Amino acid sequence: MIDTAMLLEARNLSVKRGGVQVLDVPEFYLREREVLSLIGPNGSGKSTLLLTLACLLQPITGDVLYRGEQIVSERSKLLYRRRLAMVFQEPLLFDATVFDNVAAGLKIRRMTRREIDRRVMETLELVNMVAFAKRSARKLSGGEAQRVSLARAFAIKPEMIFLDEPFSALDPPTRLALTEDLEGILRETGTTAIVATHDRLEALRLSNRMAVVSGGKIVQSGSPVDVMHRPANELVAAFVGMENVLSAEVQAASVGMLTLSIGKQLIEVAGNGSPGEMAVFCIRPENVTITTDNPGGATSARNVYPSTITRIIPMGVYNKIWLDCGFSLVAYLTPQSVGTLHLEVGKQVHVSFKAASVHLIRIGD
Amino acid sequence: MDLIIEGIAKAIALIVTLDPEVLNITWLSLKVSGCATLISLFLGISFGTMLALADFPGKRLLVSIVNTGMGLPPVVVGLFVTIFLWRNGPLGFLEILYTPGAMILAQAIIATPIVTGITVASIQNLPANLKLQILALGASRGQMVWMLIKEARLPLLAGVMAGFGGVISEVGASIMVGGNIKGYSRVLTTATVMEAGRGNFDVAIALSLILLLLCFAINYLLTRIQQRERPR
Repeated sequence: MIDTAMLLEARNLSVKRGGVQVLDVPEFYLREREVLSLIGPNGSGKSTLLLTLACLLQPITGDVLYRGEQIVSERSKLLYRRRLAMVFQEPLLFDATVFDNVAAGLKIRRMTRREIDRRVMETLELVNMVAFAKRSARKLSGGEAQRVSLARAFAIKPEMIFLDEPFSALDPPTRLALTEDLEGILRETGTTAIVATHDRLEALRLSNRMAVVSGGKIVQSGSPVDVMHRPANELVAAFVGMENVLSAEVQAASVGMLTLSIGKQLIEVAGNGSPGEMAVFCIRPENVTITTDNPGGATSARNVYPSTITRIIPMGVYNKIWLDCGFSLVAYLTPQSVGTLHLEVGKQVHVSFKAASVHLIRIGD
Repeated sequence: MDLIIEGIAKAIALIVTLDPEVLNITWLSLKVSGCATLISLFLGISFGTMLALADFPGKRLLVSIVNTGMGLPPVVVGLFVTIFLWRNGPLGFLEILYTPGAMILAQAIIATPIVTGITVASIQNLPANLKLQILALGASRGQMVWMLIKEARLPLLAGVMAGFGGVISEVGASIMVGGNIKGYSRVLTTATVMEAGRGNFDVAIALSLILLLLCFAINYLLTRIQQRERPR
């Protein structure tokens, strides 16, 4: 966890659109050099939160504090905006050359021609776009244009950068390349950042804190690993890639261990609770093991179920396998494993998972 | 048929010999319509940008009114400008009725809604987030507005063409508020009407030809600028 000075704080942010509350954030903070990812489905309020934090959207109530100082007057808003930069999903480049685009923020700040030249070339180098300086921005590909947009943002050497789904519109290889580059630039420059994304891998890759936004609220915030493995509710679980989210009932409880029933099956998991309680059972597909013979005592996994394969879908580097073991479960397996085990739809297999790999969400938590 | 051929021959003669009266009329046309267009650009782009960016109740109604104004009949404008400038009218004290000044005023009134309407459309056609992106780059409101106008410059050139084309070819308002006074407020359109009325078709054709050439030359120039900037 980063423990640097507080850079940005917000309290009681509330935004309504057409009478509907689209943002309700009682508390928000961002520390210096922190990279925070906002993840959540489209329309969850990520962009609204970013725009409100950037003072580009006036909330009905709430304050934004920068280094402990409240931003109220128009003048203080302008000075605040000059410390930050923003990148949107569309590159939003000006109808000018790449050079002039990257220079835009510097010209606004009335820097000298020499200083602008130096900064622009320096920043273009950062995003590997030096060769494009004299090109018209209208002739760039999507990825190139977004690189220029990044350069334009970093050219002003912002103290904070807000990125709103910066790479969502790009094809996967370009998105990956840009995510890697952005990670490098953020690390090199030590810029504090907030990245809104609905791509959890992008969030994992870039950020050291993750906040899940849903229905205009921050429903969970913590280290990315924490959020991914211990989602606070079903919605977060589904969003962070816990593909197996099932409702269960606690049948018996002993010290640190619970017996749950899902449908007719009983499952042993680590956790605390009392019989009769309802809970949500989550397990990541990569933690589900498939074997063709009964592993019996040969494995430390406590839960072993005979199952039938109902569906196999190749997803590239892995195959997604649906299983029926009294309840329905999804597992990921490499195509090699699928081949070695001769897996096919209808085949009888044994499914197992460790009690410790299960994440339990207690209803009412 | 002879009439047209003779007319064209006479017209060419008038043009190549640089007939002083024809030159005078052409020059005044350019001056009056050029000034009116400049005034309408200043008013129309300011007002149009404001209208496009502001959010207030009744905005749609106002935009509709502006769009209706784009087709304002010159005669109606001429009539009201005349009434306002009439000796005991509200602006009578200016004493500019039947002067080129009055013509500039009337033509500016005709062109302003055209430029305003095209400005509103051009600015609203920019990506919605561009305004936010510019503000996020640290621009003040003034800088933001200026950058948006610069971004919309190509469609705005269409506004310049439409505005200028509208006023250089209008006759109703010019004849009413200018009076078609020889050597003083006579422009290409008013002179054409008069010469045609007198049966001097050759002169009328000559003046029309000049008007067409003038419109073409200016639109050609602006189109060149517009197309050169447009990425291929």
